[in-house]
Amino acid sequence: MENGVVISTDKLVRKFKVGRTELVALKEVSLEFRRGEFAGLVGPSGSGKTTLLNIIGTLDAPSSGTAVVLGERVESLSPVRAASLRSRHIGFIFQTFNLLPVYTAYENVEFPLLLLGMSQSERRKKVTDALEWVGLADRANSRPTQLSGGESQRVAIARAVVKRPELVLADEPTANLDAENSHKILQTMVSLNHDLGTTFLFSTHDEKVIRYLRRKISLIDGRVANDEVRSPNSD
Amino acid sequence: MIILRLAIRNLRGAGLRTWLNAIALSFAFVAIIFGQGMLRGMNKQAEDASTAFEYAGGQYWHEDYDPYDPLTLENAHAPVPPVLESLAAAGKAAPILVIPGSIYPQGRLKPVLLKGIDPAQKVVAIPTAALGDTTEDLPLLIGSRTATATGLAVGDQVTVQWRDADGAFDARDGRVVQIMETSVGTVDIGQVWLPLAQLQELAGMRGEATLVTVARGLGRTGHDRIVLNSDRVPNGAGWQFRDPEFLLSDLRQMVASKTIGQSIMFVVLFLLAMLAIFDTQLLSVFRRRREIGMLIALGMTRAQVIVLFTLEGALHSIFAAILGTLYAGPLFIYLNRNGFTIPGMDSFGFALGDRLYPAFTAGLIFGTTVLVFVVTAFVAWLPARRIAKLKPTDALAGRGT
Ligand SMILES: Nc1ncnc2c1ncn2[C@@H]1O[C@H](COP(=O)(O)OP(=O)(O)OP(=O)(O)O)[C@@H](O)[C@H]1O
Ligand SMILES: [Mg+2]
Repeated sequence: MENGVVISTDKLVRKFKVGRTELVALKEVSLEFRRGEFAGLVGPSGSGKTTLLNIIGTLDAPSSGTAVVLGERVESLSPVRAASLRSRHIGFIFQTFNLLPVYTAYENVEFPLLLLGMSQSERRKKVTDALEWVGLADRANSRPTQLSGGESQRVAIARAVVKRPELVLADEPTANLDAENSHKILQTMVSLNHDLGTTFLFSTHDEKVIRYLRRKISLIDGRVANDEVRSPNSD
Repeated sequence: MIILRLAIRNLRGAGLRTWLNAIALSFAFVAIIFGQGMLRGMNKQAEDASTAFEYAGGQYWHEDYDPYDPLTLENAHAPVPPVLESLAAAGKAAPILVIPGSIYPQGRLKPVLLKGIDPAQKVVAIPTAALGDTTEDLPLLIGSRTATATGLAVGDQVTVQWRDADGAFDARDGRVVQIMETSVGTVDIGQVWLPLAQLQELAGMRGEATLVTVARGLGRTGHDRIVLNSDRVPNGAGWQFRDPEFLLSDLRQMVASKTIGQSIMFVVLFLLAMLAIFDTQLLSVFRRRREIGMLIALGMTRAQVIVLFTLEGALHSIFAAILGTLYAGPLFIYLNRNGFTIPGMDSFGFALGDRLYPAFTAGLIFGTTVLVFVVTAFVAWLPARRIAKLKPTDALAGRGT
């Protein structure tokens, strides 16, 4: 990770077979992200945002080109190493269905720490802290069905950051939320980014999110159409 | 171990479905243990009774003797070899002379086997002492089944007929001195016991026997072992040793054949329970594919997720074992202690007595639990292994499987 580069892609291509034809979801995407960035992929539906996040998150592999994430080459990563990289260093937040349904909020946040084999006392402290960051310490024993959409997303954020990962990947984290909840969540993430230096990479077409971004990358039809650094809330 | 904790958490979370499956499986569980316990109980009971009343530590057979062919009896007798004679004198063997004959209860002919045995013997549990403690000229001992079939009671006189060594018919009147209760039909049905020396005398076969039953525990240690296994063993002299294993094998087969229908029912029950587990797993893998994607995103490998799902399925069997223990445990303990009666048990064809005591042993229960766990794990794994082919991105998007 020289010069604090946490993600770099070079001529990344991802093709999908759809019936007999081939669909190119990512077309030679070359991008670099440094530690501590608060960046977003924006673009219309089908432009390749999720596809790119999946590859960066080592859940998918490129068809050609390279992606280096936290010093590991995604295209040649073994499943076991990829799993270990994700469990140690990458936090995910998804658009919907973010929480493990039969677990309480506490257990959901605890899960990544269990995978890391952390001791009970260490887990308790970290989970409690994380729930406090997102303002849900009093809902620790609630199950996902007892939480509102915004609360669920905040639990998901707590789960993504509880292990202090290098990188948080958030795929449309506010798509189902109202303005107030969206702002709460984004403010939480901004302060985590600020306090812990965690790199955040979003995908979104939500104006509310875009206003918070310090870097906005526009994807159109699988290509990087624009890449601008901006001061948040500039509009 | 984390995976085990997760599996238990998931099952707890799944609630009712888990318990329904566990209950179904627990029925199969209890049924298997019940069936096996009955089978083992029957076997043990029948073996114990047959050992006590008939086989003891094994039998030396005259080489012509075949219990399934009465025609062999005519020639199946010879003088008891001295080595067995001395065992008998020491109270460790009981020579038995078997000759075909008839009795005439109420004037009607009834073919029987006349069996001569030393009244003083202690090798088998037949109450032969009654044949000695009497002043009757020809005392007879019969079993309760024979008594019922012939209408004979203690004190009744009955004509006994046989053919002597030369093939000539001869007859005498005897008197029933005792009717014995035994669950072992093969020392009862169609048989009349009388003092050995008298039968030898009447048949003109002095000092002869058809078979010699030896005491239990003989043939294993010390002097007895030498006697039975040395060159002086009368195997070569027309006598062959039949050990208890050999003598009991027919009995075991019979018990197994009587209980096979029952076993099939248990297999079917078990298969149904397995089908329920399989179905649950299949549904689970499909419905929970987003969750599977999330588990992988959170840092589990697909192999770990497969183990998790397999374990979830397999744990049903542990829950089932616990459930089964709760509701069937007290019943098993009660039946182990008190036994129970099955209508028509007497006609099963092997010795059971009037109560059946099933053998629900710790080994049986533990063994069944392990077996069911392994089978359940396998059945749970079959649908779970599809996760290996599931792409995490597809799973997260709710596609696939
Ligand atoms: N597994 C797949 N098989 C076939 N085509 C796929 C697959 N995944 C994505 N695609 C296609 O690739 C293109 C990019 O999809 P992607 O999900 O990355 O878009 P997106 O920018 O995230 O869109 P949205 O804003 O709707 O989430 C789309 O045309 C999509 O249909
Ligand atoms: Mg998307």
